[in-house]
Amino acid sequence: MDFLTLIQILDSTVRLATPLLLACLAGLYSERAGIFDIGLEGKMLAAAFFSAAIAALTGNVWLGLLAGIVASMVLSGLHGLASITFRGNQLISGVAINFLASGMTVLIAQDWFRQGGRTPSLSGGARFSPITLPFAEAVEDVPVLGPIYSELISGHSILVYLAAASVPLTWWVLYRTRFGLRLRAVGEAPEAVDTAGVSVVGLRFAAVAICGVLCGIAGAYLSTALQAGFVKEMTAGRGFIALAALIFAKWRPWHAMWACLLFGFLQAVALRYQNIDLGGLVIPVQVMDALPYILTVVILAGFVGKAIPPRAGGEPYIKER
Amino acid sequence: MDKMPGWADAVLVPLISLVLAAILSALVILGIGEDPIAAVKLMVSGALGSTYGWGYTLYYATNFMFTGLGFAVAFRAAMFNIGGEGQAMLGGLGVAIVCLVIPWPHWTLALLGAMAAGMLFGALWAAIPAYLQAKHGSHIVITTIMFNLIGAAVLNYMLVNVMRPKGSMDPATRRFDETTNLPTFQDMFSTADAVVFRGAPANVTFFIAILACVLVWLLIWRTRLGYEIRAFGHSETGALYAGISPFKIIMIAMLISGGLSGLMAINNVMGEAERLVLNATEGAGFIGIAVALMGRNHPFGVFVAAILFGFLYQGGAELALWTNIPRELIVVIQALVILFTGALDNMVRMPLERIFLRLRKGAS
Repeated sequence: MDFLTLIQILDSTVRLATPLLLACLAGLYSERAGIFDIGLEGKMLAAAFFSAAIAALTGNVWLGLLAGIVASMVLSGLHGLASITFRGNQLISGVAINFLASGMTVLIAQDWFRQGGRTPSLSGGARFSPITLPFAEAVEDVPVLGPIYSELISGHSILVYLAAASVPLTWWVLYRTRFGLRLRAVGEAPEAVDTAGVSVVGLRFAAVAICGVLCGIAGAYLSTALQAGFVKEMTAGRGFIALAALIFAKWRPWHAMWACLLFGFLQAVALRYQNIDLGGLVIPVQVMDALPYILTVVILAGFVGKAIPPRAGGEPYIKER
Repeated sequence: MDKMPGWADAVLVPLISLVLAAILSALVILGIGEDPIAAVKLMVSGALGSTYGWGYTLYYATNFMFTGLGFAVAFRAAMFNIGGEGQAMLGGLGVAIVCLVIPWPHWTLALLGAMAAGMLFGALWAAIPAYLQAKHGSHIVITTIMFNLIGAAVLNYMLVNVMRPKGSMDPATRRFDETTNLPTFQDMFSTADAVVFRGAPANVTFFIAILACVLVWLLIWRTRLGYEIRAFGHSETGALYAGISPFKIIMIAMLISGGLSGLMAINNVMGEAERLVLNATEGAGFIGIAVALMGRNHPFGVFVAAILFGFLYQGGAELALWTNIPRELIVVIQALVILFTGALDNMVRMPLERIFLRLRKGAS
């Protein structure tokens, strides 16, 4: 494998890791506040459809992004209603949201576009185009560093840089702001937060809303930047990989980025090579597909450190009377 | 004292939830510019209007009974086994191996062998998440989701690289031998002058599913083990004080759960396709969740809910065939049923409880 191939694989790693990272951070906010969210997949899917659909109808990708975020937030609101207001089972609500998105996107796509559950192909202003960073072309010929800058770092859509920026931002919000402290507290000991006179319900809804925004961006990226349009079930399990990355990262933002890059790398390799031949030992592509999930189970089993979720995760908070 | 009488809890709450889900589904159909009443009529005539329709409805219902029972048994032990899909997939693998490798002399023996293999593979696929939950406290929901996805990869590998006949492009096994083919309703109920259930896939495994409902009912409500499972599901600490081993209950409940989901393969793989294909389960593992939630995790409720979902599935297929409503409508209805009977249960329950409390006050 030569240097340029490696750069290309890493480049597609970045592209594929971006939706994972956004969804993973979305899950991080929600789960740190004590709301389990297995509906990441559904929210991404809904956002992917609505952003592609609105972008196709208006020709403006920014309106598309907005529509994607709104769609994702509506589902987030539903999740909040079920799991915070009515204290229902958060897992069941997540399952329902996944199915709702999976069915509704195809139903609406068929009604609006009549193309078998897909949107028309997007082009021009209806897509996020790659951004060439300053000097990217000038330094292209510099050995080693040139291709790294011009191929790997430059030339992505704005959402990729947004995702990268949201990692330090999330870290800062979570560990350096009052809101972040309260958010983490509400996931560990909501009764303490309540005693301190801070609204548990308010904080949890805020977390779920942030989760909706980030999932919305992740979905919009899928259909308007990574690909040019929506196709049925296009999230293809990415919401679950993001969930896996979140556990892999033990609910911490920087680790989440590395986990998503690792899983993105696995996807990139699986996409490029069907079967990998390691000197006689052939690794079938299915192993690469399943590796993120296997790694997550190994982490969960506690063989590599212990993954301890937020203490109050999954439990509705009932105020004492 | 309970806030509500038992019948309201068991029948009224799910019924209201179901009506809410139905109203929203009708709005969805209206929203895409179709007529909900015509759609329901078409669904009823397509799914229940002929023995052919019934043959499909009961075929789907058989699948959902197995996965619904599987989910319900685990849920009684407070285990949220979302892995029914993967367990059913692996059950299919087990059934296919048994049917392909062993030269069975007669279908009855083949069925017994396939049942054992399907249950064994399904239970094995549930065993690892169960063990990790019981020993290490790894969250069963996440591990079973992961095992669904790993199971899909395993099945993909087995079909593409191992079990596919030489020269075939299709990732599927060869057809099972004639001697393993199960009698369908057409074989069983047709008379010399009247052919019924013509070409429909419902088969003898429907009766095994009913038997499974009865056995699960006996297990949960009439045995010591069932009592322990329910006690554990109700309160883990309480069960611990009563000398019930959490490890034992988690393992047994999950093994039974996985076994029941795996058992589904005798219907879809052995009874219908007569070979193993990719996506043989068609999401039945997930529908099991909806079926169990709607059926209040009671075997009789599961039976009724499975028939209802079988009707929805066959009716939905008819809609997709004759109208512009895509099959995905069923996925939406399924989502709404899960949402209202599962997640938004309290939305119906809280006002009802208030009404009953007021009624009681008025009476006394």
